[in-house]
Amino acid sequence: MSRGAGEPAVEAVGVAKAFGRTPVLRDVTLTIARGEALAIFGPNGAGKSTLLRLCATLYRPTAGTLRLLGRDDRGPDVRRRIGLVSHQSLCYPDLSARENLTFFARAYGAPNPESVADAWLDRVALTDVGARPVRVFSRGMEQRLALARALVHAPDLILLDEPWTGLDAAAADLLQGILAALRREGRTILAATHDVARGLAVADRAIVLHRGRLEWESAVGADTPAALDAVTRRLRTPAAA
Amino acid sequence: MSLRARLALVAEHVLPFAATAAMLAALGCVFLYAPNERMQGAVQRIFYFHVNCAWSAFLGFFVAAGASAWYLWRGGETADQLAQAAVQVGMLFCTMVLVTGPIWARPIWGTWWTWDPRLTMTVILWTIFAVYLVLRSMGRDDAEIARYGAVLALVGVLDIPLIMVSVRLWRGMHPSVISAPKGQGGLEDPRMVVTLLVALAAFVLLFLWLLWRRFETLRLRDAIRRVEDRVMEARA
Amino acid sequence: MWTILQKDLLLELRTREALSALVVLMLLILLTFTFAFDPAEAATAAPAVLWVTFVFAGLLAVQRTFLIERENGSWYGLLLSPIDRGAIFVAKMTGNLIVLAIAQVVLLALLALLLGVEMPRAPLALFVVNGLGLVGFSALATLFAALSVRLRAREMLLPLLVLPLLVPVVICAVEASRVVLAGGGAADAGAWLRVLATFDVIFTVAGWLLFEQLVQE
Repeated sequence: MSRGAGEPAVEAVGVAKAFGRTPVLRDVTLTIARGEALAIFGPNGAGKSTLLRLCATLYRPTAGTLRLLGRDDRGPDVRRRIGLVSHQSLCYPDLSARENLTFFARAYGAPNPESVADAWLDRVALTDVGARPVRVFSRGMEQRLALARALVHAPDLILLDEPWTGLDAAAADLLQGILAALRREGRTILAATHDVARGLAVADRAIVLHRGRLEWESAVGADTPAALDAVTRRLRTPAAA
Repeated sequence: MSLRARLALVAEHVLPFAATAAMLAALGCVFLYAPNERMQGAVQRIFYFHVNCAWSAFLGFFVAAGASAWYLWRGGETADQLAQAAVQVGMLFCTMVLVTGPIWARPIWGTWWTWDPRLTMTVILWTIFAVYLVLRSMGRDDAEIARYGAVLALVGVLDIPLIMVSVRLWRGMHPSVISAPKGQGGLEDPRMVVTLLVALAAFVLLFLWLLWRRFETLRLRDAIRRVEDRVMEARA
Repeated sequence: MWTILQKDLLLELRTREALSALVVLMLLILLTFTFAFDPAEAATAAPAVLWVTFVFAGLLAVQRTFLIERENGSWYGLLLSPIDRGAIFVAKMTGNLIVLAIAQVVLLALLALLLGVEMPRAPLALFVVNGLGLVGFSALATLFAALSVRLRAREMLLPLLVLPLLVPVVICAVEASRVVLAGGGAADAGAWLRVLATFDVIFTVAGWLLFEQLVQE
């Protein structure tokens, strides 16, 4: 699967999002090719989560155009190919892990929901607690479940919102492994994170969002950490003339 | 000139005069031209206002429903502003119906209120759109509340025929105080028909003018807010 | 749609929250009425008591179908999936209807016991009549209940939004119940039932069509 073949995964032109009178994203123009991995950096409130949710079809842009996987609409065909890993697990606390995954597998139309669910339980090392209700899970276990839930339908576009926050070392390694596998399969990945090291390790390109604007964009190379540092310092000081 | 600009021109310059002239003509007809109704006497003249307020209210609510549907499917704040303006103007007329009704009822039936099907229906309609106004004032700029308001307006109007039928059936079960000739006495004199038509024209023009003014107010308010927001941002 | 319905029913079976809260609430409301009414008036007041109880207890039950989607943000999980939003509406509405139908049985039994209302010889007619009303109630309430799925505080708005629109249902269901309780068959309540059925169709279809636009942010 060659990278960048065909339509870009995400094509945003002048995208803005406001909630009521509060603008969160302003004039974001960005193209992400198929199979690319993008790291999104920026302080809290920069609009990282909002950008991811826009790409997940959860929000409609208030201005600009956003094409996802080559389509203008946000219908079932598009949603079927997108997976979002959020702060919350999006799972039902009173159902077991297995029941949750089976439900979502079925919701996405997977042919063998039970076996797909079991396969993913295995992959995130939750098989032995598969029958316990999600309510009793620890934070780390919940996050692994959230990952499985987002990937159970083999999406082409994967969106991760602060995936490394609160993960222990073992879980973090698990995540790296899964992300590496996804990259080999040619899937597109967008990850918003504060963890610069981990973010850069997985990404081809990086952007910095600040107060809803795209402030910096670059391919990931040896000089990227230093460049990022410079950008962060620049953005922290109040605007000069 | 764009359609908007053309509409604005007519609305600002022609409409106020047309509405005033028509209303003066209507007042003349109602008080000077139309004859006294046989059974009810002079009080019956309220009919021309009462009925037209009702029709204007309905017009307002239908416009609101249409604008709401547009807002839900196509988005855009103009549709929402139009819907809000239409509900506000509609409610004004609806309240007038509920005020002129009892004023008419008192001398005719000797009572201020009666569960006459049409009055009952008007109260229910008034409540539905009063809730709309409460909802919108609570939600202010929230887009979700705006969507729910739009749904409320739309299903509210869909509900109207059902409310009418069920209230009529209900009144059939509980015979009213007096079988009233309200508007049913028939407009025997052709002068009454003329008066009614003139009054109708006057009220429609008045409705359009009020709708335009409310819509413009809401539109300008939102535009000002946008400018305010941009200033705040530039400062920050 | 079946997937969601299945999931909701499974959840309900697990926790039994909705049904138990509903039954207890209905009992409390009925008890209040018992103290307010002279037993002789009970029979004539019964349909009204029935529906007032349904409406207030029912609104809380309907809230719950969306409350369960709030924890862990599973509502967004549903929105992310390719499931048609209209199907989500129908699934939630059907789930509510099932819970309300079960509640109806309990309520009618309580009515017979506490208020000494005589059940007609053909209780099925009573269920049909009220069932039709519950379908309409379910459709309307489910449509607006989604308001509280993001912000809990908005729950308070639900009665405001639903009650005025519900008037045709309340009028027709109460009158039709009255006819049946007085010994008539379902056919005698014909006119009322026709209105109820029309309401049901219109609002179910409206909800199904509108839900997509309603929940998309």
